[in-house]
Amino acid sequence: MSSVRVKNIIKTYGEVKAVDNVSFEVQKGELFGLIGPDGAGKTSIFRILTTLLLADSGTATVDGYDVVKDYQAIRNRVGYMPGRFSLYQDLTVKENLTFFATVFGTSIEENYALIKDIYEQIRPFNNRRAGKLSGGMKQKLALCCALIHKPAILFLDEPTTGVDVVSRKEFWDMLNQLKKQGITIVVSTPYMDEAMLCDRIALIQNGSIMSINTPDHIVQSFPKPLFAAKADNIYRLLQDLRADTEVESCYAFGEYLHLTLRVKDGNEHTISAIAAKYNPGGFEVKRIAPAIEDCFIELMGNE
Amino acid sequence: MKILRFILQKEFRQIFRDKTILAMMFIAPTIQLIILPLAANFEVKNVNVAYVDLDHSSYSQKLVNKIASSGYFHIKGNPASYKEGLKMIAHGDADLVLEIPPGFERNLVREGSQKISLSVDAINGTKASLGGAYLVSVLADFNSSLDVNIKLPNGTSAAPAAKISIAGSNWYNPRAEYKYYMVPGILVLLLTMIGGFITALNIVKEKEIGTIEQINVTPIRKWQFILGKLIPFWIVGMIVFTIGLTVMYLVYGIFPKGSLLVLYLFAAVYLVALLGLGLLISTFAETQLQAMFIAYFFMMIFMLMSGFFTSTDSMPGWARTLSNFTPVTHFIKVVRLIVLKGSGLRDVGTELLYLIAFAFALNGAAVWNYRKTK
Repeated sequence: MSSVRVKNIIKTYGEVKAVDNVSFEVQKGELFGLIGPDGAGKTSIFRILTTLLLADSGTATVDGYDVVKDYQAIRNRVGYMPGRFSLYQDLTVKENLTFFATVFGTSIEENYALIKDIYEQIRPFNNRRAGKLSGGMKQKLALCCALIHKPAILFLDEPTTGVDVVSRKEFWDMLNQLKKQGITIVVSTPYMDEAMLCDRIALIQNGSIMSINTPDHIVQSFPKPLFAAKADNIYRLLQDLRADTEVESCYAFGEYLHLTLRVKDGNEHTISAIAAKYNPGGFEVKRIAPAIEDCFIELMGNE
Repeated sequence: MKILRFILQKEFRQIFRDKTILAMMFIAPTIQLIILPLAANFEVKNVNVAYVDLDHSSYSQKLVNKIASSGYFHIKGNPASYKEGLKMIAHGDADLVLEIPPGFERNLVREGSQKISLSVDAINGTKASLGGAYLVSVLADFNSSLDVNIKLPNGTSAAPAAKISIAGSNWYNPRAEYKYYMVPGILVLLLTMIGGFITALNIVKEKEIGTIEQINVTPIRKWQFILGKLIPFWIVGMIVFTIGLTVMYLVYGIFPKGSLLVLYLFAAVYLVALLGLGLLISTFAETQLQAMFIAYFFMMIFMLMSGFFTSTDSMPGWARTLSNFTPVTHFIKVVRLIVLKGSGLRDVGTELLYLIAFAFALNGAAVWNYRKTK
């Protein structure tokens, strides 16, 4: 049974098409990722699914309920963590949590098992005001508040944006724990490396979905061999390779350049031969397995 | 109901936690109520007068003494010519220049009449017109007490000319003291601030910080959220009103002549109307700054159109109509009637209907305009 079903959703703001004919499904108990850069339309999709925004056309159901007709039912069943910290900064950790528990007609004790692992970490700061917490703590509190009523589906809009690497890793561990408890999780992120941690992902750009699959499948369906090359003057090499007619795409990726060729069966030697034309010093090339980001750039090039 | 209770609990907790706003709500009104009526005064005192005495007679001296002793005027100088007198006005040293021409005494005695000139600085319109009028009445008084008017040349007393004298009495404010007019008005303004503006700012703050987003995905209903905002400030408003009445009694000795119950009834309805206005503002504004400016706009209109400073009766027709469309006008009128005149519910019933209509219209518009889902 699908937890979330989105069908041909369109949302425009004036001239801008924020969500352009988007359809996808999320299975029960799945950790589903919406991966895309800022402004791709991720937040608009979240707001439509959490009944905060009405779509121009298309339908969507969450846990079997229509987002327009049965919005009250949905509000009882989902947990939403907006991209921006939006708890009461002038209330303490405990007060925030109690407040959100009570408005859902439950109590902290009732669903304590669900939030225990996360809450234990911020419990020492129970009497501190939410506004005075560090970024990672705020995020844990927000997650607790979104979980306190034991939602069937959790919507997390860019939960790790602006969070340090260690906290990000911790956060994803927490999500996996929650998944084990049977909660469907829909998460959005601009970080491609986090995509690998999801069960299935949708790559989204300019309001439309370019590809939906498991991360492995998306990586495997990369159509051509991918190479990483570097030289002493890496910027010069980038310019030269980009200008070369035999190179299909070339972009900087950390200390390496990632490139694909127009021919399907090129290898390291082909690349070396092309590069030799420009006499780069300290040239190195190796074949690599594509990552999600490579797939994203490749798909973007196709659009 | 249970949810509403939790929302109220949360609101009160937040109100009491924000010490600045708390102080603004309770201490600032008290201070304003103590300071403003003493400072703001329409009675014109301390009018600066310069006189040009070109006659140097005993009559002209008498006139100057009379002016100086009236209590309203300060004799600022005695320039030698009218031109110099005008210079004093130009420099702001004098508000009035009185020119006593040569032959003042002689003409009064011989011809029985004499013209004198009075020049007034009209930049401050009120001071000019009232100051001028005071001086004219001092002159009239001087005129009637002149020897030549009451004594015949041969030293016998003449029958005084027939004269209508007026004995006035000021009802409901026997000594025509300005504070009786001001204090109830300020009390109303304080309620307006609490009811209309702090509510608006409070709701917009939730929008600005984003907490409203989190609230909107909970099962909290629209009416619960709205009531959760209105009830605390209604209570705060009633407390401030009570503090205001206490200050009014302790500091100014003004105790409402009419029924306290009726007064509170009006305050209660008025607050509901103003809370509706605050709510309406909050549906338009996205940031607290926007809300501030919208609120400020209404505050200015309310202050100047409601009859707080100037009587609505002397406004042009269109302005009077407009002022009827501000709830403040009706409440100020009623508070003055109840506090000073002792009017009962029967006398001010229409005003109550007005306020109820405002309460419904403003709250209705706000609820209609406030949508949880966009």
